[in-house]
This record gives sequence, C-alpha cells and structure tokens, in this order.
Amino acid sequence: MPLTLETVPGHEERVVLSMGPQHPSTHGVLRLVLELEGETVVRAIYDIGFLHTGFEKSFERLTYSQDITLTDRMDYLAPLSNNLGFCLATEKLLDLEIPPKAQFIRVLLTELTRIQSHLVWLGTHAIDIGAMSVFLYCFREREDILRIFEMVSGQRMMTSYFRIGGLALEPPLGWTERVEKFIKKFPAKIDEYEGLLTRNPIWMVRTQGVGAISGADAVAYGVSGPSLRGSGVKWDIRKAQPYSSYDKFNFDIPTRPEGDVYARYLVRLAEMRESVKIVRQALDGLPEGPIKANAPHIVMPERESMKTSIEALIYHFKIVTEGFHPPIGEVYQSIESPRGELGVYMVSDGSPRPFRCHVRAPSFANLQALPKLIEGRLIADVVACIGSIDVVLGEIDR
Amino acid sequence: MNPEAQSHPVVQKLQTLSPGAVDEAQIFRGELTLWIPAARLRLVAEVLRDDPEFSFKYLSDLTALDHYPLEPRFETVYHLNSIEHNSRLRLKVRLPGDDPRVDSLVPVWPGATAFEREVFDLFGIQFAGHPYLVRILLPDDWAGHPLRKDYPTEGYR
Repeated sequence: MPLTLETVPGHEERVVLSMGPQHPSTHGVLRLVLELEGETVVRAIYDIGFLHTGFEKSFERLTYSQDITLTDRMDYLAPLSNNLGFCLATEKLLDLEIPPKAQFIRVLLTELTRIQSHLVWLGTHAIDIGAMSVFLYCFREREDILRIFEMVSGQRMMTSYFRIGGLALEPPLGWTERVEKFIKKFPAKIDEYEGLLTRNPIWMVRTQGVGAISGADAVAYGVSGPSLRGSGVKWDIRKAQPYSSYDKFNFDIPTRPEGDVYARYLVRLAEMRESVKIVRQALDGLPEGPIKANAPHIVMPERESMKTSIEALIYHFKIVTEGFHPPIGEVYQSIESPRGELGVYMVSDGSPRPFRCHVRAPSFANLQALPKLIEGRLIADVVACIGSIDVVLGEIDR
Repeated sequence: MNPEAQSHPVVQKLQTLSPGAVDEAQIFRGELTLWIPAARLRLVAEVLRDDPEFSFKYLSDLTALDHYPLEPRFETVYHLNSIEHNSRLRLKVRLPGDDPRVDSLVPVWPGATAFEREVFDLFGIQFAGHPYLVRILLPDDWAGHPLRKDYPTEGYR
C-alpha cells in the first residue's frame, strides 16, 4: 500500500496526485495515485484494502450454511450471484443434485441480479461522465427488481436466498406475475436509456476511443465479463461451462471489437436485453416440483415436518448444532457474475467448516487492467475508465 | 496418485516434454490437479501457456493453502483456463514452512500480479521475481499473515 509515488528524477515538473479513497467517482473506496504531466497521466497505481473484512478467514470459522450470509456482503451489488457461486461450489463438493425448479429460479434471479447490477453501473457511470438524469431512470427500475427480491426472500439486498441444496423458501403467490410485469415493460426502458446516451454526441466523444485494451492484453491481465467481451473475446462461462441448467436457455453473447469505454457500455446494454430473454424463458418453462434437494442430512427440514417426524427433528438438530460433513477434497466452481468470472475455490478436510474457501473476485482481476487503460490519457478520462470496468470494492477487498 | 489422472493426456505430454515435471496428479469431481516441483513451476507454466495443444492463456485464480502443523506447510494453487479449448487445470506447488518461496508467474501471466501480492500479504509466501511485492489488502505496518492457520480469527489483542 504505497502512500506516495516518487516522481522520476529529471521530471520535477510532474505532480503526484492522490485520487480517492473518498472521491465520489471512484465507486467506493478505491484510491489511485497518479503521476501527472500537465493533465496527462504518466503513471498510475491503485491502492486497495480499505474495506478488507477478512471474509476468507471468517469462512473457516463458520459452517458451510452460515457462510452464505457472508457471501452476500462481498459483491453487494450482486448478492445472489455470490450466493450461487458459493452454493454451487459446496454442492459440487457434496455431489448434490438440485431439483430443476430450484435451478430455474436460481437462473431467473441471477439474471435479474445482472440487470440490477448493470443498472447501478449505468447510472453511476453516466453521472461520472456528466449525464445526471440517467441515474434517476436507472434507480427507478432497480427499485422494481429489489422489490421482487424482497418479495421472494424478505430482503432487498442481502438476500441469502440460495441455500446449499436448493432455495430457502417457495416463492410466494403472485411473484411470477410480478416478474412477468417487470420484464414486459423493461425492454422499453432500455430503449429509453439508449435514447439518452447511445447517440448522444457528448457521451460518444467522452467514451469512444477512450481506455482501449486489446483482447490479448485483456486475457493476459485476467480481465473477464463484459470488460473482456468489450474487447472482442467471446467468452462467457454461462455458455462455455454451463452451470445451474444454463445449457437449457437460448441466448446470445454480445461482443464488441473496439475494446474502449463505449464498447463496454454497448456490451452491458445488450447483456441486459439478453438477460430479459433468459428471464422470459425461465418463467415460461418453470418446472413443477420441489425446491430443495432430497438430502435430509444437508438440507434443513420443513418446519411443519419437524412437528410430526422425529427424523426431521434430529436432522434439524444435527445441521444447526454441528453442520454436515462433506467428503475430503477440493473443487473450483466459477460462474458468470455481472462483473465477470466469480470463482469459488473450496477445500474440505471433512469437517463441517471449510478448510479454505477462496473467492476469485472478478473486480479484483479486472482492476489490474486499469493502469493500462489510463496511462497516457487525460485525467478526465480516468473517471470514465474506472466506471467502465465496473469495480465493486466490497469484493476486491473482501 | 490415481491411475486415471496419471494417464491423462496433459500429464502424459508434460512428462514427455520434461520428465519429472509432474510429481503427482489427481482427479476429483472431474477436476484435474497437478503437483509441480517448485523448481519447475515457471517452465511448466510457460509450456502450458505457449503450447498450442494447451494454450492456457488465462490465469483464473491464484491462491494458497496452509497445512499447519504439517510439512510441507504451504501450497500455492493456480487455476488455469484455456479459452480456445474450453478447459481448466489446477496446479499446486508444495512449499516448506520456513522461508516459503516460489517463482513469480508475473512474467508468464501479468494478471498474477495482484493475486501474488494478496498471497504474500495474507500468507507470507515470497514470490521471487515479482516486480512489486508489497502488501495489498493490509496496511504496510501490519504484523503477521492472517490466513495462516496459527493466526487467531480474532486477531492479536
């Protein structure tokens, strides 16, 4: 964590500027140290860790089921994606089969998460560049999605709705209609955002050709998600290594060859439209059946059955007081979170607590490309570049 | 070592190119894990990245494990991904408890920079040849490495 950056000897006219961690456009507590020559950035380094909470250490102290609530708090704009990554890794370790209805609802909710995460990104990114009004429109629609989350899980943001072996609760009556209503009106809203920005001359001048990175560089730096697809690399884990029945859905992977801020903007907007398509298919094809796997020693029993069945009571007691014992082994499960590859590396030593659980946070890797995007550009472009890679400091610092 | 992993094409090819490059191989839940001797890591990484049969150009993840009080105490873990062949591979390197040190993979994958700094910060493993190995998440004057198993979860008070 360098507090200062020394100017290069012989260039005493250069200024070292500390940007953040409280700067409004650094999206949380990101600090950049910039070496400037006039208004041009010569060198940039990033300084992170202000939100470090020691999640990975806490994971080792809690049981697998208890850990889910921690995952919500890493990428706080996409809590359900984090839940899914963690649950899938644990289920892979346990070799657990998840009922199709639970898988479909997981897909549906993670796609809504993608939309709401992209809405926050779009609103704040537009504000950074000076388009104030987009923010208000985006948060209007985001509110609808948060209400859908609240209806299904009781929480707007820290949902913890996905559990190991399935879902926490059956979605309430009238919930699918609510989702239906939202996705019916949402494509027109995307048109509205596009109308404000896509052909807006100021927006185009501020974003086109700014912060360009080639596909090969992006891959070498470990960039993933929309930031990678904005550089023309067609890589999406939902398609390449499908999880949670994504192979049953029909959708495209939007890519753009330019690799600049504008390309990443177009990719994310197109992704929202694809997400609407996936949600529509999940609603139409929603299978009937249970929402929890048939594994009584892992999945919590129904409250009602505990009143009548001694086995259910015993399993409940065992799970709550002790937890379950997965086999000894290690797995790596990655999912496509709104920001890119979210990987969970889980090592079990056979005890009810993970021996080690490491989270490969997409923002953590994507941030490495930032100095490359901004070096040689004007200081005003720095703000556009930070917004375009869409970092969430909660998951970077963990 | 399980025989299914031993006969895996990646293991076979690596052993032919550089005998003794793979100490051990294992398949669990369909995931292949290779244990590489610390001295060969850099070479194996370059082969895996450059050989068109592998082309692991994307380093997904890099982390470490602490097996305290067992020896060798540490393991560094690398998750490689090939976009061309849509395949994944896990490499592990065993390191001793006193002076854990391994070659940095930043020259092979620039994306390893922040991950190696994180492992250095939280485990205290040294990466030889890393361009900027300083703490990344914790303050510079922090004492100890929190993800080590002998570091209490509550911290030192």
